[in-house]
Amino acid sequence: MNIKKTSLNNLHIKYGAKLVEFAGYQMPIQYKDGIIQEHKFTRSHSGIFDVSHMGQLFISGGDNLTNDLEKIFPADLKKLKTNQSKYSFLMNNKGGIQDDLIITKISDGFLIILNAACKYNDYEVIKAKLDNQYKLNLDESLSLIALQGPEAKNVLNKVIPGCDNLKFMNGNNYVYNNEKVYITRSGYTGEDGFEISIKHSDAETLVESLIENGSKLIGLGARDTLRMEAGLCLYGNDLDNETSPIEANLKWAIPKSRIETEFVGSEVLKNQFQSGVKKLRVGIKPDSRVIARGNTKIYNDKNQEIGKVTSGTFGPSVEHPIAIGYVDNSYSTVNTKIFLEVRGKKIPANICNLPFYKKNYVKGEINV
Amino acid sequence: MSEVKYSKEHEWIKLDGEEATIGITKHATEMLGDIVFAELPEKGSNVDKDGTAGVVESTKAASDVYTPVSGEVIDTNQMIVDDPSKINEDPEESAWFFKLKIKDKSEMDSLMSKEEYEKFAKETSA
Repeated sequence: MNIKKTSLNNLHIKYGAKLVEFAGYQMPIQYKDGIIQEHKFTRSHSGIFDVSHMGQLFISGGDNLTNDLEKIFPADLKKLKTNQSKYSFLMNNKGGIQDDLIITKISDGFLIILNAACKYNDYEVIKAKLDNQYKLNLDESLSLIALQGPEAKNVLNKVIPGCDNLKFMNGNNYVYNNEKVYITRSGYTGEDGFEISIKHSDAETLVESLIENGSKLIGLGARDTLRMEAGLCLYGNDLDNETSPIEANLKWAIPKSRIETEFVGSEVLKNQFQSGVKKLRVGIKPDSRVIARGNTKIYNDKNQEIGKVTSGTFGPSVEHPIAIGYVDNSYSTVNTKIFLEVRGKKIPANICNLPFYKKNYVKGEINV
Repeated sequence: MSEVKYSKEHEWIKLDGEEATIGITKHATEMLGDIVFAELPEKGSNVDKDGTAGVVESTKAASDVYTPVSGEVIDTNQMIVDDPSKINEDPEESAWFFKLKIKDKSEMDSLMSKEEYEKFAKETSA
């Protein structure tokens, strides 16, 4: 299979990106400044992320669409107002997560943002579960650009006036270069920010104007350290089709109104709500500077294996190693002492609260 | 006079009499990115040519540091353990990793000169 390029590929090269293959796309892992500087710049100013590899699935048509989508997703779509977004999941019958995603209600249906590595499979799964009367469009004519950080609202407002009126997890249509763009106030860094869905042909000029107004392109490397500090899951690392949203400590994303209703995986989830789960996703902070990466085994003080790390790095803003992992539920309480097996040694660590870094979202009246 | 040589694993080694100072090359630090962790061998331990003698980690991944020659570890650089970013700043001078009392000077013969290493680094990273 040929490696795909996003509409910003020339800009990545122009700004000195180190390019890697990610989910079938050639993507920037970092630019000249390097991951730590890029991470800190996003937290102190604003960073531009090319997330065009992610799927933008539009579903429309039919009066019963909301009802039918609720049979797939555990979100309260009936209560969702136009232009409002929710974090949700595509699950299998065992309650395992096939993808984590953001659903936004738009004027003629729903827009679902999917992970790059999952998007084609998600499309087939959703299409198979829906009646043929609906129109599904995994739109590959659109780029997706995220602008994240405390300066994001000021920078974007200069280029696309009015977007600072958006509340967190809300979106709207705007005009850029005489073309319609759809902007949501969201992101995956733990910072205030926006995601802009825009025609490929306008993406480069938009990014250049954001750069002229003080922002910088940021690579996937810093995106990973930023999301980890924010305690957010990466599909394929922290979430997979063997893990349920309850085990992933994402219970908050399953509204109470949906627990008794039917959707794919609802029986397993209902059961887990009532009887609890065996493993739970937790934050982990090693006592020393040692970094525990994904697949590091976790032990209790009796040298019994109790879980494993699913993501780990050095957190540039918290200035300490951080990790996300799953442990036996009885070890999930904050401040529980655990041990991480790194290069044959048992490294002491503590279970800690997530996020590692406090979020700076601009909240509206309706929160997630 | 001291002699500086380079290994295929991107370490540099400077030999002064019997004392060998070892670190990683600038090229290695550029490939690794921001270094956030360094682990060094224990003073007094013996290390064997091409064996693991430390670890560096960037935000992305961990990499082993090998020793290009055998010997006894006589000193380690605590500065880079306390502040690993020094390795990115000054890899071939102040941010050395460890010093060895070299066991067999002939082990230096198979290592590369600066010119040879630069050519090797260019070819392998292309």
